[in-house]
Amino acid sequence: MSAPLLEIRDLHKSFGSVEVLKGVDCTVQAGEVISIIGSSGSGKTTMLRCVNMLEDFEGGSIRIDGEEIGYLTDGGRRRRKPEREIARQRALTGMAFQQFNLFPHMTALENVMLGLTLVKKMPADAARATAEGWLDRVGLLNRKDHRPSKLSGGQLQRVAIARAIAMSPRLMLFDEVTSALDPELVAEVLQVITDLARDGMTMLIVTHEMRFAFDVSNRVIFMNQGRIGEEGDPKTMFANPSTERLAEFLKNSRFS
Amino acid sequence: MESPTILELIWSARWPILYGLGTTVLISALAIAGGTVIGVGLGLVLAYGNLAWRFAGRLYTDFVRGTPVFVLVLASYYILTTIGLDLSPFQAGVLALTVFCSSHVGEITRGALQTIPRGQTEAAKAIGLGFGQTFRYVLAPQALRLGLPAWINTAAEMVKASTLLSVIGVAELLLRTQEVISRAFHSLEFYLLAGALYFAINYAIERFGSYVERRVATD
Repeated sequence: MSAPLLEIRDLHKSFGSVEVLKGVDCTVQAGEVISIIGSSGSGKTTMLRCVNMLEDFEGGSIRIDGEEIGYLTDGGRRRRKPEREIARQRALTGMAFQQFNLFPHMTALENVMLGLTLVKKMPADAARATAEGWLDRVGLLNRKDHRPSKLSGGQLQRVAIARAIAMSPRLMLFDEVTSALDPELVAEVLQVITDLARDGMTMLIVTHEMRFAFDVSNRVIFMNQGRIGEEGDPKTMFANPSTERLAEFLKNSRFS
Repeated sequence: MESPTILELIWSARWPILYGLGTTVLISALAIAGGTVIGVGLGLVLAYGNLAWRFAGRLYTDFVRGTPVFVLVLASYYILTTIGLDLSPFQAGVLALTVFCSSHVGEITRGALQTIPRGQTEAAKAIGLGFGQTFRYVLAPQALRLGLPAWINTAAEMVKASTLLSVIGVAELLLRTQEVISRAFHSLEFYLLAGALYFAINYAIERFGSYVERRVATD
């Protein structure tokens, strides 16, 4: 077995006095598509946000390709890495957000190009070509000069995914990317993610779309009260949940 | 001998009036420019500084904003001398207005930056932008648009506040107008003229503001 792409060890995270992650362990191999499910407050989004240091964490470690993310330990003391180093490490992952978070003062194309020119230091024409290629991939090349205010929710999310993936990250993080969408716009976004999965992109997907999780993932992680409650391949897990808690969760989310 | 018409009177007073107008524009421009530069820095401290810096910034902003600008002008001219800082009336006046302007711009900047959704910063971080890049390419353009209307207001306030410098003897438009009136009378006409000139300056600022606002509009 090859070295894991992502390795999370004993991850602990608190907001004030509330401990939301109580020791999470998770190993992801390159090419795996993993859905993280669980009820609100179970810690799934927080776990995702720790991976790219949008949240600091107090205990445990996260490694991408063996490289420790966010913190370094010398002489037994754990210190946050310098901001510049963290910025570089964040570019190892791409993230799509529930609220899209496109930059409203830039066109779709400029949104995708920004990281390519500033972080990847690509010349403008190469960045433009790359960005147009990805906008084409998500079916929005004909919308490239539109500002976000002129795009639908589904289009916004597809541009946001193009923006993240154009950076050629080692790992894509999807944080409830369809939760803010009207029901009829969900399918186009899920289709884009499914296509990327088929291309071999490694992904961690936090989602409430059980059908999608079932179809797209190699593995499903069920988070429960800050811990991994159960994990396994979706067919086994959804058919025969081995914990009471998952059975109840699946029943309530009306997976069909 | 015929008495001169009002136009002849204004014409004969054109140099002092124009000189006063130029001084008013210069004072306002210096105060707005200086106040904006300091104010944006102050806004950054208020929005992103650590606790100690924020506290210091908050103290400065609230103190200055809570003080009448007239008191700042007098203090700048009369009090700074007692600690050995000998400023000319012009320098003292510009300093007072700059300080006043900076506190307002600081508050505008902080407000604008904090209105931008958190997700904007997070999205910028997620693609690997550092703080400086995030600020320059993502936050500043949005803050500019959000803060512009309030900034235009403040700039116009600065022009009006510049009249207070007449009290410490700065020969700006109001003081020049009063000097002309003391020689030529016709106070109504000359005050109307001064009023029209102040309006012209602020109208120009307002036009400039709408021009920039159109340029940075996001839809």
